[in-house]
Amino acid sequence: MEAIGHAGTCLGILASDGVLLAAERRNINKLLDEVSYSEKIYKLYDDMACSVAGITSDANVLTNELRLIAQRYILQYQEPIPCEQLVSTLCDLKQAYTQFGGKRPFGVSLLYMGWDKHYGFQLYQSDPSGNYGGWKATCIGNNSANAVSMLKQDYKEGETNLQEALALSVKVLSKTLDLSKLTAEKGNCLSGKINITIVIAYAGCCGVFRTKINIELDTLSFFLIGFESLYRNAALQYLTVPQFLFIYLFIY
Amino acid sequence: MHGTFVPILKRLLVMECLIGIQGKDFVLLASDTASCRSIVSMKQGYELSPHAAANFTRKNLADYLRSRTPYMVNLLLAGYDKIEGPELYFMDYLASMNKCPFAAHGYGSFFTLSILDRYYTENITQDEALGLLNKCLNEIATRFIVNLPAFKVRLINKDGIQDLPTIKPQSNTVISGEFFCFI
Repeated sequence: MEAIGHAGTCLGILASDGVLLAAERRNINKLLDEVSYSEKIYKLYDDMACSVAGITSDANVLTNELRLIAQRYILQYQEPIPCEQLVSTLCDLKQAYTQFGGKRPFGVSLLYMGWDKHYGFQLYQSDPSGNYGGWKATCIGNNSANAVSMLKQDYKEGETNLQEALALSVKVLSKTLDLSKLTAEKGNCLSGKINITIVIAYAGCCGVFRTKINIELDTLSFFLIGFESLYRNAALQYLTVPQFLFIYLFIY
Repeated sequence: MHGTFVPILKRLLVMECLIGIQGKDFVLLASDTASCRSIVSMKQGYELSPHAAANFTRKNLADYLRSRTPYMVNLLLAGYDKIEGPELYFMDYLASMNKCPFAAHGYGSFFTLSILDRYYTENITQDEALGLLNKCLNEIATRFIVNLPAFKVRLINKDGIQDLPTIKPQSNTVISGEFFCFI
């Protein structure tokens, strides 16, 4: 639980026409080789993705298990697994590790977003004990309590679309991230600029594709402005499609 | 009713016959014995769709086929899905599966598939389908050497599964003079 509290913040918002996950990426060391794989949001199958907070090695085991569960279901039924069934199956495993001797539990909290034909867009959160629940907007990781209270204030139920959810996620993240630490550790690497990478993945009738956009902003105050212009330029074509939509937002 | 299915299970002794016809908003199933059964299953609070149930059955059939105790069974699986509408799946003991507008199993299928192929249309109504079914069953009564006296009929649509009156096919054999001449 301690590790989860220190992990990069992950935030999820359920919108009327989609669901999004946003995650902070904290590889601040400029010596780190970015070529090696360091995702924060993992695609589980066509209609579902998750992001993790906690012990990374444990998280890799769990995402692997999630993908296996989903594929096993598809093999048996030729149909994508319902979101809650995937979450609850994994949580059974997590719970077992708290009950049976000789092993320690997985030190990971997860956020899941997905779509299924039963309940449409969904957002779930699970913790190391195997507890899980469905959420309209939630947050795990560093400073998550503050983020949740901000979401509680700003989230308008039933009238949030993806665009507003995206703006809200940027707003909440920008206010809750430990930026003093961030800029200090970044040092002259970016000289006060904040580099945002937004990965948009969209899954619909024509399959799945992702795009990655890099933008640089002078200061944090331009955060939202920059986002809006970005939205107009690049993301609009995906966002207007009323289909299943993932938006991955990385801030580092 | 989302995901209601009636598979007709049959011994591999193909003396028996079963026929299925799918229309725009219904599926008809007919079997010469009362082996129509409903398998509405619940798993984790979700009702299985006909598509999922058919693939689940097929997977099990395929796994058992390669075991010491294979299932020797042919079946038709029909169901109604809220989104997909009526569905009819044809499956045999070798675990081959197809989604068909109409299907038949057993020796009777040799006599009936051609009739179904000739008279089936996409927009077939329930009454027309019943008429077509009667045509098929009469053909079986006429030409098939094994006597199959009565066929149970079941209807699957948005309201679930219904029993229709049993059909007792009439042999329309008229042995003509010419036919005798040939013999």
